[in-house]
Amino acid sequence: MELQTLTFIVVGMTFALYIGIAFWARASTTSEFYVAGAGINPVANGMATAADWMSAASFISMAGLIAFFGYGGGYVLLAMLLAPYLRKYGKFTVPEFIGDRYYSKTARMVAVLCLIVASVTYVIGQMKGIGVAFSRFLETSYEMGLVVGMGIVFIYAVMGGMKGITYTQIAQYCVLITAYTIPAIFISLNLTGNPIPQLGLGGKMVGTDTFLLDRLDQVVTELGFSQYTTTSRLGTLNTFVYTFSLMIGTAGLPHVIIRFFTVPKVSDARISAGWALVFITLLYTTAPGVAAMARLNLHETIHPAGGEALLYDERPNWFRKWETTGLLQFEDKNGDGRITYTADKATNEMVKVDRDIMVLANPEIAGLPNWVIALVAAGGLAAALSTAAGLLLAIASAISHDLLKGIFRPDINEKQELLASRLAMAGAIGLAGYLGFNPPDFAAGTVALAFGLAASSIFPALMMGVYFKGINKEGAIAGMLAGISITLLYVFQHKGIMFIASTSFLGDMSPNWFFGIEPNAFGAVGAVINFAVAYGVSKVTAPPPDHIQHLVEDIRIPSGASSAQSH
Amino acid sequence: MADSEQRKAYWQANLKLTLIMLVIWFVISYLCGILFVEQLNAIRIGGYKLGFWFAQQGSMYGFVAIIFVYASRMKAIDRKFGVHD
Repeated sequence: MELQTLTFIVVGMTFALYIGIAFWARASTTSEFYVAGAGINPVANGMATAADWMSAASFISMAGLIAFFGYGGGYVLLAMLLAPYLRKYGKFTVPEFIGDRYYSKTARMVAVLCLIVASVTYVIGQMKGIGVAFSRFLETSYEMGLVVGMGIVFIYAVMGGMKGITYTQIAQYCVLITAYTIPAIFISLNLTGNPIPQLGLGGKMVGTDTFLLDRLDQVVTELGFSQYTTTSRLGTLNTFVYTFSLMIGTAGLPHVIIRFFTVPKVSDARISAGWALVFITLLYTTAPGVAAMARLNLHETIHPAGGEALLYDERPNWFRKWETTGLLQFEDKNGDGRITYTADKATNEMVKVDRDIMVLANPEIAGLPNWVIALVAAGGLAAALSTAAGLLLAIASAISHDLLKGIFRPDINEKQELLASRLAMAGAIGLAGYLGFNPPDFAAGTVALAFGLAASSIFPALMMGVYFKGINKEGAIAGMLAGISITLLYVFQHKGIMFIASTSFLGDMSPNWFFGIEPNAFGAVGAVINFAVAYGVSKVTAPPPDHIQHLVEDIRIPSGASSAQSH
Repeated sequence: MADSEQRKAYWQANLKLTLIMLVIWFVISYLCGILFVEQLNAIRIGGYKLGFWFAQQGSMYGFVAIIFVYASRMKAIDRKFGVHD
C-alpha cells in the first residue's frame, strides 16, 4: 500500500482510540477533572507520566544528542523530595500547596504566574511539534495539522480533564514506545545480530570481530570528526549546571508533579515515580543505539568500507526524500559527482545533516516496511499530544481552581467550578493554538528553557516548603520572584527581550556567558538564588505561625492521606 | 502516632535514607556520568567505554534502582514507626 495512505490509516486509528477513551473517561466531578479522582494505579500513572514528560523533542531529537542522558535523575528528586509529601497534602494544584504552606494568597498568585510562564513556554514548542509532525508525515499544511491536533486534544481534555488525559496518555505511551523500539530492534539486528539495542550498541558487528562503537569511532575520526564516544558538550561546568537545571526542572514542572496527585496513597506516589522512570528508561536507553547505528549507516552508505565515495546520482531513495525537506543538503563542491563527507568545512559536501532525521529516517535507512514508517509518524504525534495535554491541564487548573475558585470567586459551587475548568481548558487550548499559528522566534529551543524556569521558581519553593519549617511567606515570595526574574533576565540579555534577537544586548555567544553557562542551563543558578533569597528574607522577617509548623509536620507523615479534595 | 518524639525519629530516619540515596544519585550522575568520564573511559565492558556507558545507559538504570530501593525501604520505615498509609 502507498505509504501516504498507510500513514493516514495508522494515525487515524490512534486518533480514533484517543477519542474513544475520551468518551469512556468523562469527568463528572472536579476531583476527576483535576486529579482523576485520585484512583489511578501507580504503574499506570508511571506510564502516563512517561508520556507526559517525554515530548516531541524527546521522541525525535533525543537520538540526535550525543550528550549526557542522565537528567532522568530528576525523577529521583521527585520521588524522594516532593511527590510523597505533596500527595499527602492531597490538594488539586501546585499553587494551592504553595498558597497554603506559605499562608498567603500572594504566594499562590506568584506560583500561578511562574507556572503559567513555564508551562506556556513549554506548550508553544509542543504545538509547533504537532504542526511540523503532521506536515512532515502526512504532507498536510502546518496550519491544517495544528487544527487537527488541537481538535483531538480539545475533545479528550475538555471532556475528561485529568481522567481523560491520564488514560489517553497511557495509550499514547504504548504507541510511542512501540514506534520507537521496532525500528531500533530491526536496525540492531541487522548490524550486530542482537535484537536488543542496549546490548547491540556494546556488541560486535555481524560477521566481524570489531565492536560497533570502535568501528564508528574509527569511521568518524578518519573523516576528521572527533571520536563519537568521547564528545563532550560545551565544557564540564556547563554540562554539570545544565544537567542540574534539567533535573530540578523535571521535579518542579507542575504538569509532572500533578500526575502524582492521581494515585491513591503516599507510598504509591514514591513507587509511581520509579515506574515512570522505568518507562522513560526504555526509550532513553534505546536512543543512544539508534543514534550510533544511524550515524554508522549514514557514513557507510556514503563511504563504503574499502570502496569509493557514493556517486550522487546513485544515492538511495531516503536520501532523495530527506533532501526535499531541506534537512539533508548536498553541494558538489569539487564537481566529481561523488559525495565527500568530512569534518573539514571547506571540502565537506554534506552541507546539512539535521540531527532530527536520525529517528525519522531510521526505518527507511534500514529498509523496513512502510507500516513501520507509518507507526513512527503516529509515535511522534503521540509524544507531542500527550505532553501538550498535560501542560494544558496544569494551566487550566491554575486558572479555574487557583485564580477563580481560590481567589476571585470562592463562593462558586462544584458544578460551576467544573464548568469553569472546562472553559479554562478550552481557553488554554485556544491560546496555545494561537501561539502555534504565530510561533514567537524562539519556539525551537523552548523545552530546556521551560525546565529552567520551573527549576528556578517552583522547585525551590516546594522543597523548602517540606524541608524547612522556618521559611515564611515573605521569603518564599521573594525567592520565587528573584529566581524566575534572574533566569528570564539572563535568557533575555543573551537571546533578546521576548526572544527578539535584535534586542539582545550581550549577544548569544559563549565568551559573554556567566562562567560559560549557556542560557538554557541558567535555571540552576536561578534556583540557587531562589534558595538564598528565601532563606535570607525569612531570617529577618517574622517566622511562620504555629499552625503552619503543624501542617509541615503533618505532611511528613504518610498515614492519614485523604483522596485529593479542595477543602 | 501522636508522640512528637516518634515523629522526630521517623523524620530523622527518612532524612538519613534520603541523604544516602542522594549521595549515590550524585556519584552516578555527576561523577561517573560527567566529571570522571574520561578516566572511566579507559575501562571497557564489551564495546562500551565505561564513562560513555554511564552517561548514556548506566545512570538511568541506577536512578531506577535508587527509587525502588528508596520506596521499599521507606515502606519498611513507615511500618516500623506505625505511620504507613
